[in-house]
Amino acid sequence: MKIAVCVKRVPDSETRVKIASDGKSLDEAGVKFILNPYDEFAVEEALRRREQAGTGEVVVVSLGPAAAQETIRTALAMGADRGVLLQTDRIPADGLEVAKALAAELTNGGYDLVLFGRMAIDDYNHQVGPMVAELLDLPCVTAVAHLDIAGQRGSAEREIEGGVEIVEFPLPAVLTTDKGLNEPRYPALKGIMAAKKKPLEVKPTTPAAGGLEVVAMTPPPQRKEGKVVGEGPAAVPELLRLLREEAKVL
Amino acid sequence: MAKFQGVDFYNVDGLLSEEERAVRDTVRAWVDDNLMPVIAEHYLEGRFPKHLVPQMAELGLFGANLPEEYGCAGLNHVAYGLIMQELERGDSGVRSFASVQGALVMYPIFAFGSEEQKRHWLPKMATGEVIGCFGLTEPDYGSNPAGMITVARETKSGWILNGAKMWITNGSTAHAAIIWAKTGKPDDVESIRGFIVPTDTQGFSAKDQKGKLSLRASDTSELVLQDVCVAKDAVLPKSAGLKSPLMCLTQARYGIAWGAVGSAMACYDEAVSYAKARVMFGKPIGGFQLQQARLAEMLTEITKAQLLCLQLGRLKDQGKVTPQQVSLAKRNNVSMATDIARETRRLLGANGILAEYQAMRHLANLESVYTYEGTHDIHTLILGQEITGLNAFN
Repeated sequence: MKIAVCVKRVPDSETRVKIASDGKSLDEAGVKFILNPYDEFAVEEALRRREQAGTGEVVVVSLGPAAAQETIRTALAMGADRGVLLQTDRIPADGLEVAKALAAELTNGGYDLVLFGRMAIDDYNHQVGPMVAELLDLPCVTAVAHLDIAGQRGSAEREIEGGVEIVEFPLPAVLTTDKGLNEPRYPALKGIMAAKKKPLEVKPTTPAAGGLEVVAMTPPPQRKEGKVVGEGPAAVPELLRLLREEAKVL
Repeated sequence: MAKFQGVDFYNVDGLLSEEERAVRDTVRAWVDDNLMPVIAEHYLEGRFPKHLVPQMAELGLFGANLPEEYGCAGLNHVAYGLIMQELERGDSGVRSFASVQGALVMYPIFAFGSEEQKRHWLPKMATGEVIGCFGLTEPDYGSNPAGMITVARETKSGWILNGAKMWITNGSTAHAAIIWAKTGKPDDVESIRGFIVPTDTQGFSAKDQKGKLSLRASDTSELVLQDVCVAKDAVLPKSAGLKSPLMCLTQARYGIAWGAVGSAMACYDEAVSYAKARVMFGKPIGGFQLQQARLAEMLTEITKAQLLCLQLGRLKDQGKVTPQQVSLAKRNNVSMATDIARETRRLLGANGILAEYQAMRHLANLESVYTYEGTHDIHTLILGQEITGLNAFN
């Protein structure tokens, strides 16, 4: 089974990000970047499929800056076989342009499965996976939380509001993976050492800007400091007055 | 619990290679996910979290700086140091386990063992299938190992060992012990040699030392060897004199110098978040000068220790490190980490005495680390001798 996993380099959700002086991008100084956590489920699933089959290849593909090689190598350290970086200094805000670049790379690859994380934790767009599926004219199941594959058919479970949806599909297919699908492994130390020696092809890419432009980024408004109106039952009348007159919620 | 972000005021990360950072991040995440949730409970109950050994082995943490041909990860010494730092960020007892397995058991087999011994033991130790311990210290010979009274007598078929060892980490858990013994006269330090002794050999017994108020999540034992017979090939052929076990200690001390930075970072991290959240006299205590002085001091000492470790590691990777340089780092870093743990404990006020917080556990642990692998005082004398050329040991 030949599997492509598309991954993205994103800022660690634990680091505090600042908006750059241009007012429409992130200041990357001091920001730690990681493999998008939803993509970890995709990498893990691909590795398990290959391990179960006892044969196959897992190829990691990413669109991003030169530093995204490190992101790809994280997946190689987990056990993927080789990587392809579609290198660009600027990832378009328009997901369709990202999808076009990835689809062009994937189209003649002979992949049985193309996996994505269900979304990237930086832009929350949920769109590149399904767009790539459209461009490749392949079936697509998003937010897969459980997966069975037998021969050339697959069955996926998606968690939907109040229940589980079960979807069957033929291979090849594009899937986006959700939390709960598996428990991603840590890149073991031997894997980290081995990753250095695995092939990582860098292809300069110039994606079009597309139809979207980020014009401004603003941090969420600062929460106002709370105030203590008093203590015990004696504070209740004052609290009620404030809720009525200031907060106007009563 | 929030993911640990480390402490890096001087962008020391920028001095690390991509692999070194990747190794550090893997161990850091593993500690967050698997050690932090269970450590307080194990510490209180006085139990080593043995169930974590297979996971540590799977990650490749044992003997990680030994070559791949023996089943190890083949990392450089800086990456190895970072592993120790991250493990000790969790708990000194767990770092001690890895130090003993890697630096005090696998290293002597690697350095002084025959090719056959290496091929037999090292892969099994890397996978954690065989756990080892290191027997040098004796009840009456701690800082002065040259005085040891454990003896090994050669017979027609092998060796007979007699003696006792004390303060042996992993002693009761181990499958194999590296025992150091004199093969000649009682005052013949040059006759000290190392032996690989399977712990199920008749006459070998290990008893856990009870009542520890430090390193409670680690097994510490007393070993007794009474007419323990081992085969001829149990001796480490290239071990010769006191220098051999001291070389092992230099390896372990190197890891401890890094490990102490991990403890200090854990405490500093706890101190900062507590100082920002705890309100007293109407504002967070971090807004008071006394606490800010504490925090500034901690950050300064951690930053210095990080740079010290990194250069020490680079020297070691170039094969240029001296035991005295390792002594300086062990001495400085453990001492500063103990101070930081104590100051954090104090900054936390009454909460600081609870196991729910880390500071007092680290503080109690570090009192052992201050004493083992060459006490702080002994390292002072090693440096004193290096500086003056004069021996102040006796």
